[in-house]
Amino acid sequence: MTELLLGTKKGLFALEGDVGPGEFEITCRAFPGEPVDFAMRDPASGRVLATVTSPFYGPKIWFADDPGGDWTQAEGVALPEGGEQALERIWVIVAGEDGSLYAGGDPGVLFESRDGGENWQLNRPLWEHRVAEDWQPGGGGLCLHSIVPWPGEPDKLAIAVSAAGVWLTDDHGENWRRGNRGIRPRYLPDDAPEDTLQLCVHRMERAQRDPERMFIQFHGGVYRSDDAGQTWTAIGDGLPSDFGFPLALDPSDPDSAYVIPLTGDFDRVMPDGSVRVYETRDGGATWAPRGDGLPDRESYLTVLRRAFDRAGEGPGLQLYFGATSGDVFGSGDAGATWFTAATRLPPVFSVTASS
Amino acid sequence: MALVCLHGPLRNLAGGRPQQEVAGTDVQAVLRGLEDLHPSVAGWILDERGTIRRHINVFVNGERGGEQTAVCAGDRVEVLPAITGGA
Repeated sequence: MTELLLGTKKGLFALEGDVGPGEFEITCRAFPGEPVDFAMRDPASGRVLATVTSPFYGPKIWFADDPGGDWTQAEGVALPEGGEQALERIWVIVAGEDGSLYAGGDPGVLFESRDGGENWQLNRPLWEHRVAEDWQPGGGGLCLHSIVPWPGEPDKLAIAVSAAGVWLTDDHGENWRRGNRGIRPRYLPDDAPEDTLQLCVHRMERAQRDPERMFIQFHGGVYRSDDAGQTWTAIGDGLPSDFGFPLALDPSDPDSAYVIPLTGDFDRVMPDGSVRVYETRDGGATWAPRGDGLPDRESYLTVLRRAFDRAGEGPGLQLYFGATSGDVFGSGDAGATWFTAATRLPPVFSVTASS
Repeated sequence: MALVCLHGPLRNLAGGRPQQEVAGTDVQAVLRGLEDLHPSVAGWILDERGTIRRHINVFVNGERGGEQTAVCAGDRVEVLPAITGGA
């Protein structure tokens, strides 16, 4: 049995089901009517955490033992009072390596919780970078959307911000350094400074079995790093478009990556109205379309950056993605074949899977 | 003391009473006073800057006000979600 937690424009949907033909069952809907940006189940505590940005009352993190149970508002999810900035949104929550939880949000902020998500603390060293360097937002805001722990090394962390690039720490967030060498944004002039921070990373992931291997889906470009995010090599050749948002990896294979290309930043739907996931198993040297069971015509879908997740690994790797159309698709065989997990939901902002 | 009137989830966060007396000489001070009385309200009406959230309206005796709108004893301060919250 696999559980999907879907953050949507109109609430959190929890689904359960088995891979294969037939839709998953909606087991509950929480926060009806509220935009739920992200939801996940903490593997350490078993709790469910959700980030909700009420258009009226602002962004909050909530936690519950069960998505259908009673939700409690977490404490500390705010910027320092009296400043010039207000918290706009929490984009993602990720489990760290030592039982901690990390939350990333707009405007370029990182929070950490050491008590299972009840209380959160702002990472001030990163915040000081953000204030001193005047980070600029992308189209979706100044979003810290990717938080990538290092397996077995709780002090090492990588984060990605749209649009302030990749940042790395080796001392649990006390000090941060940039990790952007080799990224070439096509939306800046050729003579833009090489150390520009206006780098619109859309999603970043790390290979679990080879932690120095990382991948990013950029705002025009897919990149691979073999040195833990210090330098990046473009690997987008062979894709119908190197523009897209989400990214997923097979934990068993450091050479693997899955992306979902969109036509371009000028037309953010799937090319030719055909729903396709693209897979590499050689570190981005070649890409192959995976669409058996997916709509292949008149389907102009958009998949957002956190709306793609996986469970398991290897030949039984499960992949799930949700579209702003309200459709959710899944695969139980590493992308070889696909099934429809849900339809007619509100626009899907995020997908997390656990089995 | 101003008479603060709350609705929906704000009322629940503030103890469930439809209205309550709160001290303060302007809207921001009254809302900060409300947060002092009911810490769960913090962050729901005013953001970290002390600004009324974009899609919240605050009325003083029926007239829409801002953070610095003066409040006198007996004034009615009503907090309502705006109609601009999106589709």
